[in-house]
Amino acid sequence: MGHRWGMVIDEDRCTGCEACVAACHAENNIAIAGDDQAGRGRAKHWIRVERYYEGDFPDIKVKYRPVLCQQCSDAPCEPVCPTYASYQNDEGLNAQVYNRCIGTRYCANACPYTVRFFNFYNPVWDKPLDLQFNPDVSLRSVGIMEKCTFCIQRIKTAEINAKAEKRPLKDGEFNPACVQSCPAGAMVFGDLNDPESRVSRLSKSNRGTTFLEELGTHPKVVYLKRDSWHNEQNA
Amino acid sequence: MNKTPEQINQDLLRPIYHASWRFYATAAVLAGFVVAAFFAWGYQMYYGLGVSGLNRPVFWAFYITNFVFWIGISHAGTLISAILRVCNAGWRRPVTRCAEAITVFSLSIAGFFPLIHLGRPWLFFWLIPYPSERGIWPQFRSPLLWDFFAINTYLIGSVTFLLLPTFPDFALIRDRASGWRKKVYGIVSLGWRGTPKQWHRLEMAMRIMAVAIIPVAVSVHTIVSWDFAMAPVPGWHSTIFGPYFVAGAIFSGIAALIVAMALLRKLLHLEEYLKPIHFDNLGKLLLVMSLLWFYFVFAERLTTWYGNFSGEMPVFWATQVGRFSPLFWTMVFCNFIIPAPILAIKKLRNRVGWTVVASIPIIVGMWLERFLIIVPSLSYKYLPYSFGTYRPTWVEIVITVGTFAGMGLLYLIFSRVFPIISIWELKLGATKSEVAELAAQKAPAKQPQGG
Ligand code: SF4
Repeated sequence: MGHRWGMVIDEDRCTGCEACVAACHAENNIAIAGDDQAGRGRAKHWIRVERYYEGDFPDIKVKYRPVLCQQCSDAPCEPVCPTYASYQNDEGLNAQVYNRCIGTRYCANACPYTVRFFNFYNPVWDKPLDLQFNPDVSLRSVGIMEKCTFCIQRIKTAEINAKAEKRPLKDGEFNPACVQSCPAGAMVFGDLNDPESRVSRLSKSNRGTTFLEELGTHPKVVYLKRDSWHNEQNA
Repeated sequence: MNKTPEQINQDLLRPIYHASWRFYATAAVLAGFVVAAFFAWGYQMYYGLGVSGLNRPVFWAFYITNFVFWIGISHAGTLISAILRVCNAGWRRPVTRCAEAITVFSLSIAGFFPLIHLGRPWLFFWLIPYPSERGIWPQFRSPLLWDFFAINTYLIGSVTFLLLPTFPDFALIRDRASGWRKKVYGIVSLGWRGTPKQWHRLEMAMRIMAVAIIPVAVSVHTIVSWDFAMAPVPGWHSTIFGPYFVAGAIFSGIAALIVAMALLRKLLHLEEYLKPIHFDNLGKLLLVMSLLWFYFVFAERLTTWYGNFSGEMPVFWATQVGRFSPLFWTMVFCNFIIPAPILAIKKLRNRVGWTVVASIPIIVGMWLERFLIIVPSLSYKYLPYSFGTYRPTWVEIVITVGTFAGMGLLYLIFSRVFPIISIWELKLGATKSEVAELAAQKAPAKQPQGG
């Protein structure tokens, strides 16, 4: 059986520090929008930390929810793309072929999670950020959509290395940048098809929910709810 | 119609031979706007779509609004003239050609907008299923691809439908003209001699086209509605969208036709051809469409409100009472509250001026309707965290204004090159004869007697 990459995010552990956001920017060569463009709603963060407030001041609870592409199994963004730039690869990832994108932006409208980003201008980096590009990731030009791919460059590297050494991939052998950088260990990445992996055990937790479940997109990102953590048997 | 064929010829061919300085002045002004629009588009292509007001989450706005609007206007011609032809409504004769011209021009304008809207317009040909050595095909599940086919089919169909009945008229100009006109019209009349065979073939072709174009026109706007209805966006995912869009398209199409006819009548002095009866009849159609439009809007809103689906309610409230409500209620006024009473009262509907008063708000209202379908839904999409809004920039405004000017310009040129009223059909109506009678006459191109 092939891999089916997925992620579990424990909201109980997320502190909203946004280390994942910074790590993602560095890993994936995400352009800096600048204040003016960000003010127009054009900031690009492939992962963002949404804040939700519960209760009234001063008795208020804040809830953090890191939101990235949910890698939907039934992704609404895929069938609407007229050029096949957005498609599902055989490991269940929602891949985006930057070179094939002509910028209809239909996928971004169809995505209910608003996690697709359009390049309104050619990308720019303030100095000295232009000296630290990741050579494994392409720079995306003006006029196309981009999004989180679970750091597909890391997935591919790990797969190629394992194949060269003629061994199966070990669980936890590699991680996307956001998972690697999370100080609280709130994010777990791995193969959902491997019943022994941490991610597939955690994803079966009774705290598990998926985002906007009622839309039937069947995401491969599972959120562990915050409130009822004492009920859960330790996975 | 108490005109001899010769008078008809003279009246209707006059615009082709004579143009006043006003014509050139208007054309120059309109051309100026069109050039400005192309400049704005070039500017946008050079810097990227960032120069428009688009943002996350409102990825579609003015351009798609204009696209849907112009496709809607295009339903004026083909559909109306096809239906009237199929029903053999005699009063249609002076109306059909100016209606069909609206179709062809507004469809061509609409065709620009998907290009203007693309992030990388120079790669638009990737939508075409051409066999490439890499074996990459477009995604046939995408409504945008269906659009591509629908629009092309419609454009080819309506150009044919417009051009077919012009050959006898071109031949008429050819026979009367000398010099360069004789040459040019000689070529475009494709050797029309008016033989019985030719008349029969023309009539046959017109009948086939009139029947074939109706389902094409209906399907085109249904497919345009599917661009929205197929996506799981609150306010879009609705089964009513297909018929709603088609009705709206015919609605705005008739309104545009009335305005165009009134202008032609004034500017080209066609008072004796485009009579109040034509406006009266079109006004009745317009009234029906206005009522139908109101019914669709009501049905759509009621089900949304009653369903109370959490994803849809922010969009619903934003359009009913919230940020977009001034636009929404303006739309209701423009599309129903102003025109419906005017058109319902026979005394007013009989007057050309009043039908125009009823039609202009409809054009505005239908543009607003398209805007209101697109922008509020995208602004309030599921996650309150990423709600957003939209404001157009000068680029989008200049391009939009430019397309309206472009429509005027194309129409102006058209009325100088083509007889804007189908001369032979008019004469046919005047003699109450049928094709057999025309065919019975000997070639070449003798006009039927009567009047
Ligand atoms: S979250 Fe959005 S972008 Fe990611 S697969 Fe689902 S629909 Fe597509």
